[in-house]
Amino acid sequence: MTKHKKPGKKIGLQIAHWGSLAVFAVFASLPFLWMLITTFKQDADLYNRANNPFIFNSAPTMEHLRYLFNETLFLRWLLNTAWVGTLVVIITLALAIPAGYSLVRLGGRWGEKLGIGIFLTYLVAPTILFIPMSRVVANLGLQDSLWSLVVVFPSFTVPFAIWLLMGFFKAIPPDLEEAAMIDGYSRFGAFIRMVIPISTSGILTVVIFSFTLVVQEYIYTLTFVTTASNYTVSVGVPTFLVHGDVYNWGGLMAGCLIASLPVVIVYNFFVDRFISGYTLGAVKG
Amino acid sequence: METATPAVKGALRSRNPHLSFFFDNEKVLGLLMIAPAVLYILALVGFPLIMAFVYSFSDITIGSADFGFVGLENIESLIGDFEFKLALKNTILFTAVSMIIVLVLAKILALILVKDFRGKFIVRALILMPYVAPISLGVIGWLWMLDSIYSPINWLLQHTGLFGPDFWPMWLGKPNLAISAIIAVHVWRMLPLATVIMLAGLASIPQDIQDAALVDGAGYFRQLFQITIPMMLPIMLVAVLFGIVFTATDIIIILVLTRGGPYNSTQVLVSKAFYTGIDAGDLATGAATALFLFPLLAAVAIFMLRIARRTEVA
Repeated sequence: MTKHKKPGKKIGLQIAHWGSLAVFAVFASLPFLWMLITTFKQDADLYNRANNPFIFNSAPTMEHLRYLFNETLFLRWLLNTAWVGTLVVIITLALAIPAGYSLVRLGGRWGEKLGIGIFLTYLVAPTILFIPMSRVVANLGLQDSLWSLVVVFPSFTVPFAIWLLMGFFKAIPPDLEEAAMIDGYSRFGAFIRMVIPISTSGILTVVIFSFTLVVQEYIYTLTFVTTASNYTVSVGVPTFLVHGDVYNWGGLMAGCLIASLPVVIVYNFFVDRFISGYTLGAVKG
Repeated sequence: METATPAVKGALRSRNPHLSFFFDNEKVLGLLMIAPAVLYILALVGFPLIMAFVYSFSDITIGSADFGFVGLENIESLIGDFEFKLALKNTILFTAVSMIIVLVLAKILALILVKDFRGKFIVRALILMPYVAPISLGVIGWLWMLDSIYSPINWLLQHTGLFGPDFWPMWLGKPNLAISAIIAVHVWRMLPLATVIMLAGLASIPQDIQDAALVDGAGYFRQLFQITIPMMLPIMLVAVLFGIVFTATDIIIILVLTRGGPYNSTQVLVSKAFYTGIDAGDLATGAATALFLFPLLAAVAIFMLRIARRTEVA
């Protein structure tokens, strides 16, 4: 098709292509670019309406980073997030790996149906559940504790993890386990020795997915936790650096950027796998 | 049957005959492996969901130990409440408008990104950022960009001459501007996911169909509307359904940007439920408010089931 086009038209198409890409890319990444600039700007430069906000009118400063790490609980929130994330990932794997395998290989006809049912619980959003859940947490005596998050968060990681893992297990040829069983392993032994080792990439996907969901979670943490030092990063930063008395924009933006970047980078390598889960197999990947 | 032979073989060869009842009997093993997950989901999704309904028909508060049933009282008083109606209206408005914009933009963006070009990985990573970064943190970036005094957006528009020298809108201070800002941030947030889902859909259209259409002389728009879009309908539906769920149930954008203000003009069901249920301690009314999202989620679930069933048959 392109063969018949005049060179002029081709250049026009190129300009349209890159122009629209640039508009979309700027729209998507502008808040993060703005975080980056603000992080290293001196206050005097930041709070002067006469200055061009997009360039450094004074020398860059590390003051906001120093403030963020020394005078706020930011580091503590990062550690809380990592700790809760790790525990939730472990619980998610412990529940989802056997469940996914069972649904694919041992469930027969009801396996697939139950799998879809479990996937649909992913739609029962925390926003419907957070009010009764606050009572559940109180009754368990976990109010204002990180353990409340560890107990509750798997409720949104497990259903999607099972769904993703079902996709991976389905792709494994059944002959593999049958061969292992002929060699003397029980069905469970074959699952442990054969299926899990070759599903590493699927399990890694679930690890990344669950961890990023934990980092993003907002409403449960806001509801259950009241002590500043018990927050996770995505609630601690907006709660204590925005709605406090002083708006420290430099420190705030530094915090947002630092907490976002690792997630952004890691997630990018796995995004296609999550999408194939979202599309319910309507698209063969 | 496929399941019978390996089970028999396994049972014969297993080293420990006592364990083989659990580890080789496929029915027992299957149940044992699925049970923990199902019990957990019943306890922490099923039970709270039932309680959400129970609370909605009760007079429970945060302080009370026990509670009585009041029937439809909460729901009736909500329906008569002006602020509730506004929140319901806003939820529908924000979701519908942002989904329409997202669909159009995602379609365009997917058609651009489906081609291979140099630097695609970087561009895609940039475009994915709003979806991938923790939402509350990305939205704080918007809060700062829409600042009433130091907004760089206003600065840019003024210095490029699009705004007059005295025009400096307070994006989050005026009801109509705040509503537009919230919708814009919803679009910003949902566009990446919708785009990637549509890209997956575009990639799944067999090349030979497109080639055949080309041979038959179909132009670009004819191909777009008669082949690409119809073939992508199921996948676009998936994008829409997820978009509806994520937008209608979102509380973060509202809580971080406007807290429902100015004058409750951006309050949505979830933020209203949070302020009455948790902040003010009226669990019953809060639960009833949030429950108005349930019919929407149930409808989405039914659509998802249909899509899943259709692909299962295919």
